[in-house]
Amino acid sequence: MTDTLRTGLFAGLVVALIVGTGVLDNWNLALIIVNYGLISAIMALGVNLQWGLAGLFNVGVMGFVALGGLAAVLISMPPVPEAWAAGGGQVLGALAIGAAVIAGLIAVYKRTAGRVRVIAMVVLGIVGFFLFRSVFDAGVQAIEAVNPASTGFLGGLNFGGDSGRDWPIMAVIAWPVGGMLAAGAAWIIGKTALGLRSDYLAIATLGIAEIIIAILKNENWMSRGVMNVIGLPRPVPYETDLQADPDFVATVTDLGLDPTLASTLWVKLLYSGLFAAFLIVLLILAQRALHSPWGRMMRAIRDNEVAARAMGKNVTARHLQVFIIGSAICGLAGAMMTTLDGQLTPAAYQPLRFTFLVWVMVIVGGSGNNFGSVLGGMLIWWLWVAVGEYGPDLMIWATAWMSDDSTFKANLVNSAPQMRFLVMGTVLLLILRFSPRGILPEK
Amino acid sequence: MEFLNGLVFLTNFVIIPAAAYGAQLALGALGITLVYAILRFSNFAHGDTMALGTGITIKLTAVLVAFGITLGPLPTALLALPIGIAATGVILLVTDWLVYKFYREQKAKPVILVIVSLGVMFVMNGLTRVFFGVRDIQFADGERFLITVRQFRDMTGLDEGLAIRTTQAITLVTAVIVMIALFWFLNKTRTGKSMRAFSDNEDLALLSGIDPDRVVRVTWLLVGALATTAGVLYGLDKSFKAFTYFQLLLPMFAAAIVGGIGNPKGAIVGGFLIAFAEVTVTYPLKKVLTYWLPESMAPEGLVQLLSGDYKFAVSFIILIIVLLFRPTGLFKGQSI
Repeated sequence: MTDTLRTGLFAGLVVALIVGTGVLDNWNLALIIVNYGLISAIMALGVNLQWGLAGLFNVGVMGFVALGGLAAVLISMPPVPEAWAAGGGQVLGALAIGAAVIAGLIAVYKRTAGRVRVIAMVVLGIVGFFLFRSVFDAGVQAIEAVNPASTGFLGGLNFGGDSGRDWPIMAVIAWPVGGMLAAGAAWIIGKTALGLRSDYLAIATLGIAEIIIAILKNENWMSRGVMNVIGLPRPVPYETDLQADPDFVATVTDLGLDPTLASTLWVKLLYSGLFAAFLIVLLILAQRALHSPWGRMMRAIRDNEVAARAMGKNVTARHLQVFIIGSAICGLAGAMMTTLDGQLTPAAYQPLRFTFLVWVMVIVGGSGNNFGSVLGGMLIWWLWVAVGEYGPDLMIWATAWMSDDSTFKANLVNSAPQMRFLVMGTVLLLILRFSPRGILPEK
Repeated sequence: MEFLNGLVFLTNFVIIPAAAYGAQLALGALGITLVYAILRFSNFAHGDTMALGTGITIKLTAVLVAFGITLGPLPTALLALPIGIAATGVILLVTDWLVYKFYREQKAKPVILVIVSLGVMFVMNGLTRVFFGVRDIQFADGERFLITVRQFRDMTGLDEGLAIRTTQAITLVTAVIVMIALFWFLNKTRTGKSMRAFSDNEDLALLSGIDPDRVVRVTWLLVGALATTAGVLYGLDKSFKAFTYFQLLLPMFAAAIVGGIGNPKGAIVGGFLIAFAEVTVTYPLKKVLTYWLPESMAPEGLVQLLSGDYKFAVSFIILIIVLLFRPTGLFKGQSI
């Protein structure tokens, strides 16, 4: 079977599954799967760059996705002027102090040696920490006291009216900013952790992702923490506006559709178009990168680091580069997802869903193959939703032989949506065992 | 008196909880380190192995309680623990036979085995969620306290009280027993010695007639016992929730690596180190300092260095510092 045919068949399968969901169940669900599937595909593309192309074992995807989500808040939400007046400057000043202390620590580390270094660093560290906390805590308190039920945070940079709805373009601008935020974090992480052995790198990135989530949950002045930010402006029209628009209602009624249903479908279709546009651009770029001299160099480094080093390739710099690019793509996808959700809920970020599921997508699709990762992302996302949606029905059928009043049966049926983890693990293990290079192997 | 009061307060809120948590982490880290020493990969499924073993033990405990069998003042779960351990051991042996064996025979790269363990992690997590649910489960019964705050105050006449919960005492006692048994096994028995030989030099061990399959089987059984014990103790002390056990992966790995991965002594020291650092840094120390410092120097704030949510950051920062400056860990890693 040729590669093109294989790719075509795989794509056909994904399309068939989604269209099948639309025809047999409902189109709303199918479009929801498409939208999140496209975002998952972008994440998978980012992880594929890191793992498939460069062999970097990054299991901190969740952290970068969450940073993208943070960017969506920081860019597309309207600012809270009272909060800025209360403590905005103070918090920014405190952050500047913190940055200065860290820069000072690095300078001391570089300029001194021996016992002087230890003493100087400890003293500077402790003094700096308490100075930072004294300025920072007061500013944070002032910000969080401003109308805590609805704001209590600094807000974003969207000056389009009270709700930010007048400037919908800010929602789209937030996506690349999410990528840049993730790239910045990746640079810091890569500088410290990329020299580690692969499984140490895995544990380090796992830890960093947890820390990023802890920051999001805890720093209320930034994004309201676990109180969540809701009502994020979106780049597409609102359903209620469409339903109130006589032109839209007339058009869809002519087509024989119910205006309410048509408005929800149309909004989702617009999102699909936006996401697909980003995905296609990224896919073209990723394909060009893969087949360029740079891509060949990356694969050479992946397959034999020592030989690549002997050829004069700067392995450390290339690893850092691809780590940053891959993480930025995950951040971009994370910002898209937060805009699509319309809210940022830090407690919803769980490693199994946002890190390891993306890994399943890449490995099942075919690591090292961009089309494989993208289609793997769509396929696995469909499976994830399908098991959650149809799992309970299946479980009722499978446990039909048990007596109706058995608590064990009730338990099994109730926890049937949790079957998705079991299914994902089984799929991953089966693929690793019988087709270790994935559905679309690397050429 | 002031000093004693401060010390009692510190013991009550920092030292005892941290010691119990440290013992739980150390037992978990021992399991990770054993897998690393013998099977030579980082087992990401360890947290979920703990969850699965604990879930089984909880179900067994419920059955025992239903039959009216309890341990009196001690939690019934201790009675169910041996059966839970046996069941977890069987599950791990089956997992090894179904999954890991293939890659071992292929001599797959360690990173492939790590990815395989991610798959096992998903499956075990799914099984735990399907069979035991995702809610918090409290399964500690029996006497709640060994010493209550009031008893301690009446006994000593101090202002501050000291409470020792039964679960904390059990954790420490069990952990000490398990660790002594483990070291006795590794250092004194023939099987333990063959495991150490296998870990040190696989080829040499094979040459001297050690059966590798037997070593692997014994390792998984030990890992099952350690994981289930650690999980049950943690669950008794706090509560059982599938997701929390997954999150223990990070501090456990940090403990194993900080101590020197592959080195059991290191795992124990690392476990206590991480636990004490986490608890000390995230507990408000104001009251202790008020007792200990002269009045003029008494702190105004809470003296809580980091809020409790950042406990991951503590284990992580220790991990990174060790990895950057002493990659083999405090004790030299890679041997048992």
